[in-house]
Amino acid sequence: MLAQNIVHFSRVLRAAGMQVGVDRVLDALQAVECVGLDRRGDVHAALSAVMLDRHDQQPLFDAAFDAFWKDPKLLERMMLLLLPKVQGRGQKAAPRINRLEEALAPPREARAREQSAPVPQEIRFDAAMSFSERERLAHADFESMTVQEFEAAQRIAAQLAPPVSPVRQRRKESSPRGAIDLRASLAAMPRQPDALQIRRMRARMQRPPIVVLLDISGSMERYARLFLHYAHGLTRRHVHVHTFTFGTRLTPITRQLRHRDPDVAMRLAADAMPDWKGGTRIAAALDEFNRRWARRTLAGNAAVLLVTDGLDRDEAHESARTLDRCAAELRRHAHEVVWLNPLLRYAGFEPRAAGVRALLPHVDRMLPMHNLASLADLARHLREAAPRIR
Amino acid sequence: MSSPPPASPQALLPGSIDEVVAALAAQRYLCDRRLATALFLSLRMGRPLFLEGEPGVGKTELAKVLAAALDTKLLRLQCYEGLDVAQTAYEWNVARQMLEIRIAEAGHQGSGELLASLYRRELLIERPLLSALTQERSPVLLIDELDRADEPFEAFLLEVLGESQISIPELGTVRASAPPIVVITSNRTREIHDALKRRCLYHWLEFPSLQQELDIVRLKAPLASERLSAEVVRFVQRMRGMELFKSPGVAETIDWANALVALNAMRLDPQTVHDTLGVLLKYQDDIARMRSGEAQRLIDELQVP
Repeated sequence: MLAQNIVHFSRVLRAAGMQVGVDRVLDALQAVECVGLDRRGDVHAALSAVMLDRHDQQPLFDAAFDAFWKDPKLLERMMLLLLPKVQGRGQKAAPRINRLEEALAPPREARAREQSAPVPQEIRFDAAMSFSERERLAHADFESMTVQEFEAAQRIAAQLAPPVSPVRQRRKESSPRGAIDLRASLAAMPRQPDALQIRRMRARMQRPPIVVLLDISGSMERYARLFLHYAHGLTRRHVHVHTFTFGTRLTPITRQLRHRDPDVAMRLAADAMPDWKGGTRIAAALDEFNRRWARRTLAGNAAVLLVTDGLDRDEAHESARTLDRCAAELRRHAHEVVWLNPLLRYAGFEPRAAGVRALLPHVDRMLPMHNLASLADLARHLREAAPRIR
Repeated sequence: MSSPPPASPQALLPGSIDEVVAALAAQRYLCDRRLATALFLSLRMGRPLFLEGEPGVGKTELAKVLAAALDTKLLRLQCYEGLDVAQTAYEWNVARQMLEIRIAEAGHQGSGELLASLYRRELLIERPLLSALTQERSPVLLIDELDRADEPFEAFLLEVLGESQISIPELGTVRASAPPIVVITSNRTREIHDALKRRCLYHWLEFPSLQQELDIVRLKAPLASERLSAEVVRFVQRMRGMELFKSPGVAETIDWANALVALNAMRLDPQTVHDTLGVLLKYQDDIARMRSGEAQRLIDELQVP
């Protein structure tokens, strides 16, 4: 009876999106047997110790537990009502996947075939376009592209090089050159006793984490859309990318972007952000990032890519002061803050807006990002910076 | 490894949640029933306890107290970036090995014998993880601030935590004679991998409630007057609700109470608070904010009831 209830409970949690494997169910059984069923608080503490692994799951767990303790059947009925909504997290089988539609539509047959072959995609795509076409696409402003061009640009953006270069780690790895690795050399001796082989090692190089803070307000729409694809490409290839979007509020979308399929990832990300194409409150977003996320994401020499045009909705004097403070705080936590500003496409860009003026002193550099060429240049620009010791 | 069969560790462990609470209280550590339950289960099921929470809520302290309560050894592994097997588990004594080779050369020893003698147990230097597996009585193994170590180290921990064993290629697998009681702490400066968390029992340590924190301060700062303790705790509890950059932990509360006692304060007054804020807050922005009137406001609020 107890086992049945726990299995049932774990299924409810799983339906609500928590990862509760069979091993956890067995643990839960053992745990409840250990503490006994006499006190509700004990059972709650025991089950949460076994079944949770992140603090933010606690509220969901508590709600489920409360309902379950009262009446398991009631909970099941509630979950059934909720189920279509809850399953929305992983809409793999949802019918409206862009690529599927494209693949079925006859006029675009040729391109659909290209897309269905996952790995050699880039090469074939390049072959399909003449050099001059690619050249033009690289320098065309995202704002002025046609729909097809924009789609092509999105696919290219997802494959551009990461904007940070590897930095030296404390951990060592074996290499043909470098300091002598006494341990490994000695270990190699018994295998080939007649030849002395000196093994060497050097510090491992690894790309530092990247944190992307992406402005998704109305004025940034196209750039943000494209940058999301860029961020998705980075996330798929380079593990340590944390992506946040901000308009009127800050939304972490790192987990959504981990999805392999770009369409699904974009859809999940879009579902997560409630403020797409709204106004911007940069100061509030930076402030929340500093408070809630900076310590968790900026460890290990992280670089922050701040993607915004710096046009704040509330242009009041007070707001500029807050922005100044928050940007300074961000600068102190990050190894490097790089501002990617699409407005730099205008040759005569001058930092007039209060928001821009407040941000500018606290970023290490400001770079344009209005076309593919500028995105591709990012890597080069950031690599040129000599590693600074702070 | 061969070692005498240990006295059953189960016999020494607390038999109920209440006993856990009592055993920790005897070591002057007050914990709520939720934490006691998690700890009890971790002892009972032989699973590592994974503690997360804000700095200064007593994560590390719990491991120390647990070792004292169970009257067993505490092995501590402070994590940092670049930590590797040689620093955490074991290392061959390479200098000794070189010496052995020289001796063998001088004595014209065969290479087969030499090989066997190069990788024998005496030449193995034990680091905390390995020594946690070779104790006669289950020790408490504290892996502190795991979030500071890098990810490859987590992967290495999986074997130790899951199976209580370490594989040494040259020697074989070392199994625990008495499985260690493992406490892992993290300040959440990054997310720990799910594979590791899955092998642990998870507990999020909250800031204590008003009453609980008051009990803690009474216990840890016994010289503070009753009135001062109450004001200190209420002041700090209100501060935590203020969206500061870094809220003060319990450790800071205790430090502050002791600092005020050292200054002979009998109650909170604006000037003393102003002068001692550095004990409580560690960010200049927070301190500046408190000094610009917020501290005065909190003190006024405390006087009302």
